Amino acid sequence: MSSSQVSRRRAIALAGAGVAGVAGAAAIGGALARQDSAPSAAPVADQVAFYGPVQAGIVTPAQDRLHFVAFDVLTKDRDRLIQLLKDWTAAAARMTAGKDAGEVGAVAGILEAPPDDTGEAIGLPAAGLTITIGFGPTLFRDATGKDRFGLAARKPAALADLPHFPGDTIDAALSAGDIGVQACANDPQVAVHAIRNLARIGMGVVSVRWSQLGFGRTSSTSTTQATPRNLFGFKDGTANLKAEETDLLREHLWAATGDGPEWMAGGSYMVTRKIRMLIETWDRTSLGEQEDIVGRTKGEGAPIGQGQEFDEPDLTSTSILADAHVRLAHPTTNSGAHLLRRGYNFVDGSDGLGRLNAGLFFIAYQRDPRTHFVPIQLNLARHDAMNEYLRHVSSGLFACPPGVSGPDDYWGRALFA
Amino acid sequence: MRRTPLILALVTVSAVAACGDKSDDTAASAGGPIAVKASDTACEVGKNTLDAGTHVFQIANSGNKVTEFYVYAAGDRVMGEVENITPGLSRELRVELPAGTYQTACKPGMIGAGIRADLTVSGSAAPLTEDAALAQATESYSRYITSQSEALVEKTTDFVTAVKGGDIEKSKTLFPIARTYYERIEPVAEIFGDLDPKIDGREDDATAELPFSGFHKIEKDLWATKDISKDGPVADQLLTDVKEVVAKAKAEKLSPLQLANGAKELLDEVANSKITGEEDRYSHTDLWDFAANVDGSQAAVAALRPALEQRNPDLVKQIDTAFTNVDNELAKYRVGDGWKYQNELSQTELKGLSDVINALAEPISKIAGVIAQK
Repeated sequence: MSSSQVSRRRAIALAGAGVAGVAGAAAIGGALARQDSAPSAAPVADQVAFYGPVQAGIVTPAQDRLHFVAFDVLTKDRDRLIQLLKDWTAAAARMTAGKDAGEVGAVAGILEAPPDDTGEAIGLPAAGLTITIGFGPTLFRDATGKDRFGLAARKPAALADLPHFPGDTIDAALSAGDIGVQACANDPQVAVHAIRNLARIGMGVVSVRWSQLGFGRTSSTSTTQATPRNLFGFKDGTANLKAEETDLLREHLWAATGDGPEWMAGGSYMVTRKIRMLIETWDRTSLGEQEDIVGRTKGEGAPIGQGQEFDEPDLTSTSILADAHVRLAHPTTNSGAHLLRRGYNFVDGSDGLGRLNAGLFFIAYQRDPRTHFVPIQLNLARHDAMNEYLRHVSSGLFACPPGVSGPDDYWGRALFA
Repeated sequence: MRRTPLILALVTVSAVAACGDKSDDTAASAGGPIAVKASDTACEVGKNTLDAGTHVFQIANSGNKVTEFYVYAAGDRVMGEVENITPGLSRELRVELPAGTYQTACKPGMIGAGIRADLTVSGSAAPLTEDAALAQATESYSRYITSQSEALVEKTTDFVTAVKGGDIEKSKTLFPIARTYYERIEPVAEIFGDLDPKIDGREDDATAELPFSGFHKIEKDLWATKDISKDGPVADQLLTDVKEVVAKAKAEKLSPLQLANGAKELLDEVANSKITGEEDRYSHTDLWDFAANVDGSQAAVAALRPALEQRNPDLVKQIDTAFTNVDNELAKYRVGDGWKYQNELSQTELKGLSDVINALAEPISKIAGVIAQK
């Protein structure tokens, strides 16, 4: 138990005590000073609380990096699946606290056995790591309609399969999944470490179906954050739902008692879409046309016809074109529906034709996809001028349960109760 | 240490060439050999109860397929086995059996779980101490190496003869079968320096000092260049190297920890080069190697089983289930007595195989730690 209580940072500090030589001590001292220079309001400033009424990683101010994974469940044994969810929850609680995935740790075990942590996060801080889980429609019923784990009666109506949207070029192998896990952190290695260790713990019970790295956030989920840019070079997520907008969050983000099955009260529905951007053709489009397509200026990010980023777009004005993205995505065009977007830029190398395989890994949380993502996306897919430069290649939908209350609780406990 | 020479003496497997002798000799009186009538569909063992001690089984193959005969302890731990009993042939297996329950198995076609029967050995059996259980592991695995090695030399000889005779079709048939015995014991073979690269090296591993040779050189000439006329010296060298590796392997005593790591390494072989089709890139006979690696891994785990059951019975259960899942998944691709070619499997089918191997390799990777604990 002793080593499991030691955070990775502290382990390094302890190791430092035994390091002989000025250079070694100085290097370790320097690393600690760098990490400790952050505001010290919390015991570990870069740690996001794992336990709470809602899952972390939704309204948590969006971190810079993403590793997302979708799993297929291999086992037919409900108890094995439950045990995995318990093991995962315990590992996630440790990793989000900046500790090793397993109780022994990456380097504290016997030499003959493989370590229970893979080790690439040794010396790294918690880095704001959040790990957020969701359950896909196929966990409840498989493609043949079979109730796999006795959960079919608890499947929320809101978890209905997403429809085919006009222009979709979805690759089934990169889509859906029984369980989705979003790991976000401010250090890419910390996010990858989290997913890698969960996948390892799950060997034999689950199998990785697909996964995605994201290198830069494309949304702000807090008013404390500056709006980042997507790979079109435009600010993205200006009008996003934000953690501070508690009334809007209650109305649009969190599933409530009475919405559907009680196990989802306090949860949220996550839609993922991998959207390839046709970067090269976009880049040879004139600035004026780019701004017309988005409906905002490229520099400030102000709505066309306004001066400041956070000015409300004037949708009565024809200067924002009928097929402009900002108009079609705006809540007033969509019966007031707001999404909490949490997407990331991706570049998966190049495509063999000399083009970047790049785009936006879109993630959106909402109270009910049937009233939120689906109508908004139908509207965009039919009319958005931006579609000429976009290809939706992957699609996922997951019901994210409420938060884990403490060490005795686990992800999905109420679902399996 | 003291027990080792004794056990080696006990497990000497003698092959008796008895072609043409198909008499239904059921003599097997008390103390005499126990007759085993093996065919393509049956495996009749003359007795199903024995007294503890050393027994001789006389296996006669009246079928049309090559068969094997095993005596298994719990968890398919090999107590004794004889490989490569060709149709019409009769062979002997001498095996020491302490009191306990066992299973006999014939494996016509040399694959699958085989045709099983229970065998009860009576007498007094003291429970093993942990140390004795570990010491037995080494001995048990030695028996496996011995029988595999002999079949390896015989089948490699057949293969080499066919290659030197210029018989491409026959060589192609024999190639995956000879390799099966090699792949089962590969962790042992790999101990001996350059021998494994000479026997089993791939073209991209070749260097000026170690030019492309062995099984895969001939494989390339059989399937890709379709010309084996110059492979005589390569074939001769292959047989020489195989004989040398076999001589060394039989003399080697693997520690329990080496067995544990060997079991894991065999599955790593499967995951890294068989599922991907990298190993047999010209013939695509990777599933033969796949099955052989899994067999070898299972034999190593089975040897450790008494010790593992004492220390971590839950892990044993987990591994048993995982082996069953691998067998079931692999069985989907069985074609007659062989397998589908690797390049005939879809990506989804390959992923299915990858999933069951990962599910097995993860618990098997924990064995070494369990064995090492005091």
